[in-house]
Amino acid sequence: MRIEIKFGGFGGQGIITMGHIAGKACIYDERNVVFTPSYGPEARGGAASSNIVISDEEIDYPYVTYPDILVVMSQEAYEKYAPLLKEEGLLIIDEDLVRLKNGEGRVAKIPATRIAENLGKRIVTNIVMLGFFTGVTKLISYDAIKKAVLETVPAKFKELNEKALDEGYKRGIEWQEE
Amino acid sequence: MQVKFYSGNIACAEGAIAAGCRFFAGYPITPSSEIAEHMALRLPQVGGIFIQMEDELASMAAILGASWGGAKAMTATSGPGFSLMQENIGLGAMTETPCVVVNVQRAGPSTGMPTLVGQADVMQARWGSHGDYEIIALSPSSPQECFDLTIRAFNLAEEYRVPVIVLMDESVSHMFEKVIIPPKEKIRIVNRKKPRVPPDEFLPYKADDFIPPMACAGEGYSVHVTGLTHDEKGYPQATSPEVQERLVRRLCDKIRKNERKMRDIEEYEMEDAEIAIVSFGTTARSAKAAVKFARKKGYKVGLIRLKTIWPFPDEYFESLDGIKKFLVVEVNYGQIKLEVERNVGKNRVELLPKMGGEIHTPEEIYKKIREVLQWK
Repeated sequence: MRIEIKFGGFGGQGIITMGHIAGKACIYDERNVVFTPSYGPEARGGAASSNIVISDEEIDYPYVTYPDILVVMSQEAYEKYAPLLKEEGLLIIDEDLVRLKNGEGRVAKIPATRIAENLGKRIVTNIVMLGFFTGVTKLISYDAIKKAVLETVPAKFKELNEKALDEGYKRGIEWQEE
Repeated sequence: MQVKFYSGNIACAEGAIAAGCRFFAGYPITPSSEIAEHMALRLPQVGGIFIQMEDELASMAAILGASWGGAKAMTATSGPGFSLMQENIGLGAMTETPCVVVNVQRAGPSTGMPTLVGQADVMQARWGSHGDYEIIALSPSSPQECFDLTIRAFNLAEEYRVPVIVLMDESVSHMFEKVIIPPKEKIRIVNRKKPRVPPDEFLPYKADDFIPPMACAGEGYSVHVTGLTHDEKGYPQATSPEVQERLVRRLCDKIRKNERKMRDIEEYEMEDAEIAIVSFGTTARSAKAAVKFARKKGYKVGLIRLKTIWPFPDEYFESLDGIKKFLVVEVNYGQIKLEVERNVGKNRVELLPKMGGEIHTPEEIYKKIREVLQWK
C-alpha cells in the first residue's frame, strides 16, 4: 500500500531534516521510500516541507499529492496543506503553534516546542515531533528511527536528541492507547 | 555492498568517484549544486582534485585539460551553464577527449525556473555546439540510476573518447531513495585504450576501429590537441576537405555505428502492447504508474523508457511494427517526439508535452492514453 506523508513548517525548524531522518529509517526497516524536500528560494522563516512516500511495492510517482498523514509545525503550513489531507487521514500538530479551525478529522497534538525547551534546547523540537509521529503512526519501527536520528545528529548532541526522541515517542504511544 | 539513502545529485557524485573520477571543475548552479558540493568534500578524501572555476566555459576547459593529463574528469551544471559549456564540448568532441558533463535540467529557456524541473535540453545535448559531431547522453530515472549511469557515462567516455552527457532532471536530482553501492570489484570500469607502438611510430589520431588509442601528456608520446581539422598526426589541416571528410565522418561514425552497443532501454509491459508510451528521466516514473493503471483496466499499453538517449535507437523503433501508436511523454514541447516520428512516421506518434516546473502526474498520462485509444 502506498502511504503519503507530509511534514510542513517554516524554514529553520528542521522540517527537511525530519523528512530525511524518517526516510532513512524506512530504509533500515527495508521498506521502499522516496523523500523529496521542498526546494526553493525559501530561507529561514519561509515555508518548508518534506514529502515522503512509503510503499511495499515499487514507488513510481515520487511526489505527495494527498497526504495520508500531515505533520504541521506552523499555522501557515496548516492552512496550506490541511485542505489536501485525505478525509480519513491523520493530522499531527504542535498544539502551541497551530490553532485548529473547525471540521478536523483525526488529530494528534503535542506541545513539541515546549517539550524541547524543557529538555534544554528548542532545536530538538523536530526530533520530539519525529518521536511523536513514530509512536502515533507506527509506520516506522522505534529501532530504525533511533538509529537514523543518532546517525544524523552531531556526536555531542546524541544524548539530548535521544531524550527528545524518546519523550515524543512516549507521548505518541500514550496517544495511541487513548 | 552498502545501502545508502542518497539524493540523485549525491548518487551521481558517488558514481563518479566509483568510476575513478579524480578531477572535478565546476561552477555551482541550481539544481546541480550538491554535486559540486559533494565532490568538494569527497575528492580530497580519495586523492582527487576539486576546483571551483570562474565560470562554466573555464570549467569545461579545465576538465578537457585534466583528461589530457590522464585523469577521469567531470563537471556538473544546469541549463544556463550547459549553454556556456557548448563551445568547449565541441572542442571535446573534435579532440576526442573522454569526459563527463552532468546537466541537471531545470525549466528554460534562459534562466527560466532555477529550482524546478525541465527536460528540454535533449536536443541541445545532441548538437548544442557548432559543427557536425555525435555525442552520448544518458538519462537516469532514480538516484540508483544516477549512480549506475554516471559510472556508465565514464566507461563510455573512455571507450569512445567523447564527452558523455548525463542528462538528469531536477526531480531526480533532489529525490532521496535507496541506493545500493556494489563492492568495488563488482563495478565494471573501462579505461581508455593506450598506444601499443613505440613513441616514434605513434600517430595520435590513427584509428583502426574508429577510436584511436590515447596517449596523455607525460607518457612519452607526442600529444597534439587542436580544435582545427587535423590529420592522423594531429597536425592542423584546415584547408583540406579530404582530411575534414575523413575526420568528421569518423567522429560521427564511431558513435552511430556503435549505437547497438550503447542501447539501453527499459521495456515494461511491451509484449502485447498496442500503444507504447515513450519517456525518460523522472517523467518515465509517472508513465509507468499510468501503464500499470491502464493495464488493470485491460488496455494494452506498454512503456519504452530510454536510458540512453543519444545515440537514438533508430533500429529499435523501426522494428516495432506491432505498435499502433507511440505516445511520447516529456517535459518539453516535443523533442524526443521528433526522433520517434522520424523512425515510425508522423501518423503513429502522439505527444503529451509539459513546459516545465513539474512532471506529469500518472492521472494526466492515463487520461491521454484514453484519448489515444479512441483515435487508434
